[in-house]
Amino acid sequence: MSKKLCTIKLYTDVLIIGGGTAGCYAALTVSRRSGLSVLIAEKANIWRSGCLAAGVNAINAYIVPGHTPQDYVRYAANDANGIVRPDLLLTAAERFNAVTADLEKLGLVILKNKDGSYAARGNRNIKINGENLKPLLAKAVQQASNVQVLNHVNMTDLLVQDGRVFGAVGFSLQDAVLYDIRAGAVLIATGGAAGLYRPNNPGFSRHKMWYPPFNTGAGYAMGIRAGAEMTTFEMRFIALRCKDTIAPTGTIAQGVHARQVNARGDVYEKQYGRTTSERVYGTVRENQLGHGPCYLQTSGISPEQERDLLKAYLNMAPSQTLKWVESGCLPGRQDVEIEGTEPYIVGGHTASGYWVNTQRESTIHALYAAGDVAGGCPQKYVTGALAEGEIAAEDIIRKYRKVKQPSALDVQVQCIAAAYETILKEQTPVYSTEELEEAMQKVMDVYAGGISSNYQFNEKQLSIAADKIDRLTALSSYVAAENMHELLFAYELKDRLTVCKVLIAHLMSRKETRWHAFNENLDYPNTNDRYLGYVNSRMIGGKLQILFRDLVKGASYEHKD
Amino acid sequence: MSIKIDRDRCVGCQRCTVVCPGSLIEMQAGKAVMKYPRDCWGCASCVKECPAEAIAFFLGADIGGSGSTMTVSESGDVLHWKIHCWDGTVKVIDVDRKNANQY
Ligand SMILES: Cc1cc2nc3c(=O)[nH]c(=O)nc-3n(C[C@H](O)[C@H](O)[C@H](O)COP(=O)(O)OP(=O)(O)OC[C@H]3O[C@@H](n4cnc5c(N)ncnc54)[C@H](O)[C@@H]3O)c2cc1C
Ligand code: SF4
Ligand code: SF4
Repeated sequence: MSKKLCTIKLYTDVLIIGGGTAGCYAALTVSRRSGLSVLIAEKANIWRSGCLAAGVNAINAYIVPGHTPQDYVRYAANDANGIVRPDLLLTAAERFNAVTADLEKLGLVILKNKDGSYAARGNRNIKINGENLKPLLAKAVQQASNVQVLNHVNMTDLLVQDGRVFGAVGFSLQDAVLYDIRAGAVLIATGGAAGLYRPNNPGFSRHKMWYPPFNTGAGYAMGIRAGAEMTTFEMRFIALRCKDTIAPTGTIAQGVHARQVNARGDVYEKQYGRTTSERVYGTVRENQLGHGPCYLQTSGISPEQERDLLKAYLNMAPSQTLKWVESGCLPGRQDVEIEGTEPYIVGGHTASGYWVNTQRESTIHALYAAGDVAGGCPQKYVTGALAEGEIAAEDIIRKYRKVKQPSALDVQVQCIAAAYETILKEQTPVYSTEELEEAMQKVMDVYAGGISSNYQFNEKQLSIAADKIDRLTALSSYVAAENMHELLFAYELKDRLTVCKVLIAHLMSRKETRWHAFNENLDYPNTNDRYLGYVNSRMIGGKLQILFRDLVKGASYEHKD
Repeated sequence: MSIKIDRDRCVGCQRCTVVCPGSLIEMQAGKAVMKYPRDCWGCASCVKECPAEAIAFFLGADIGGSGSTMTVSESGDVLHWKIHCWDGTVKVIDVDRKNANQY
């Protein structure tokens, strides 16, 4: 496809990039509380896009009776071994219950006790039917006034001048169209990054991963390129999941109280600790010691429990139910094998992402971040993504003012158009996008602590990884696309490579092991309190700079330098 | 992990092409076609959306699949998940959207 793209220029008050959990809720908030116009640009269709596509199993972040938002902050800070932003955690936790009540109004089914109160699952969760959570949110957005949704439009670049954002540029997946969207404020809500590392199932089922393979770190990458500050990328997230199907384990662990056992039947979890990273580490260690495979001990659960598990999985990870039924190895008869996934960068579970102030504004003026793309606030999950979307939207409304679009930005847009058209030009490069993606995943796997290296690395390996990622980045400027969907693949590769570069720099800078598995540096196997602070980074003039920042202590934080 | 679309059953409504979070399904000559089978996340959104039970979900052999497929039909709030086993038997599990997970 060698053709010129046609440009469509749009103006809106608020541009939301990514119509997932946080993006949809931010749009609803702006619509409900102001007269500002909102435009959501979504690479898929908001009906089922992002993390919520298959459904979720519970509200993971909720303040159950007898607990306080402060308890949640303490829990998450402890789980992250101190590297959190208490201001962000507290402001999210204070809203967990209100956004849940709102979801219930939108139609979410929540399990109730006889007295009408929500049925708790442990200390922080409540039970729901999360199968249709995304369509419920999408329906509310479709009915909201002043909200326009552009589906199947992939955004690639922010328009920034003098430290302020003025809009963003992207392209349609369906037509040969470039979108030049100008706005008074922009919210990034593109989720985290999957597909950086070689996945558990690298063959036919390569996309059977935990995190959506379509969340490719575009939001991080566009922010990095525009000079926005990022935080804590080195706190990777590795999920402990059911083998092969990569289905969640929490439903089994907390639902039927199954314990983690090794092949000998020993309950090993006690030995390694119970933080999220220690649970992954314990399983890796047991395998290294020759005690694998590891399991969730489900055999012996009652037929009712088994039936409820089959149904619960259909509501969030249907492949697990199919696996149980077609293999005949039902959970009541056979323990469920578990494994760690490849590492992801995801601010909803760990603390990686945009460095934001308490109102979720990034270091670029009028550019906000919410949900998995925003850093500092681990374990925010669905309710935290909603809360952050709401907090950002409120600040956008409060500070909104019309801006004059600088004419110099038109040149930026022309450069982006030229970049798209170069990829779309007829050419036969040596390497396809897919081949380079595979190469990137292998480099990350082998040299930057992937599955095959038990998530461990040393400095030498990281420097090899950095070098190889730079070489692949150079090669990625020659990839070609025959149509708009292939242009998307090309950008997904470029975005992932940018995220990998920053990730490696962060892993190199935290010269300690603060979290097993998530950041297991064999040259520095212990924690070192010199690193009890944030590792941040910023791209300036094409060069990545690392900044160390002291822990934020107070209830609010504002950007100063 | 992926899907197969039965051309004969497909009525061309395009709903699967709209909902796929990876935009992996395309229309060709009025019928839905799975364009990128290796890129499927396995979310089953398209399977649930299809009004004609034309989309079957299966586990790749690399993740232990044994050749069974799964389709879904809907009546009111109830989703009927049908597992068409490799040995020809069909197992149906009904899930009511109005009921919360017990776990
Ligand atoms: C499989 C799974 C199960 C989970 N289960 C639970 C659970 O049971 N309970 C719980 O509380 N939490 C759960 N979570 C976590 C929770 O779902 C997420 O933290 C939350 O939904 C993240 O919201 P988000 O808005 O940041 O991302 P998403 O909802 O993923 O939204 C990101 C959106 O951005 C779009 N996008 C990406 N790139 C671009 C681009 N370049 N241009 C335009 N659009 C773009 C995507 O298509 C997507 O729609 C789960 C997560 C996963 C992945
Ligand atoms: S199962 Fe999900 S990812 Fe796969 S084709 Fe269907 S909608 Fe797309
Ligand atoms: S949803 Fe079903 S019937 Fe409609 S186009 Fe897709 S496969 Fe065909």
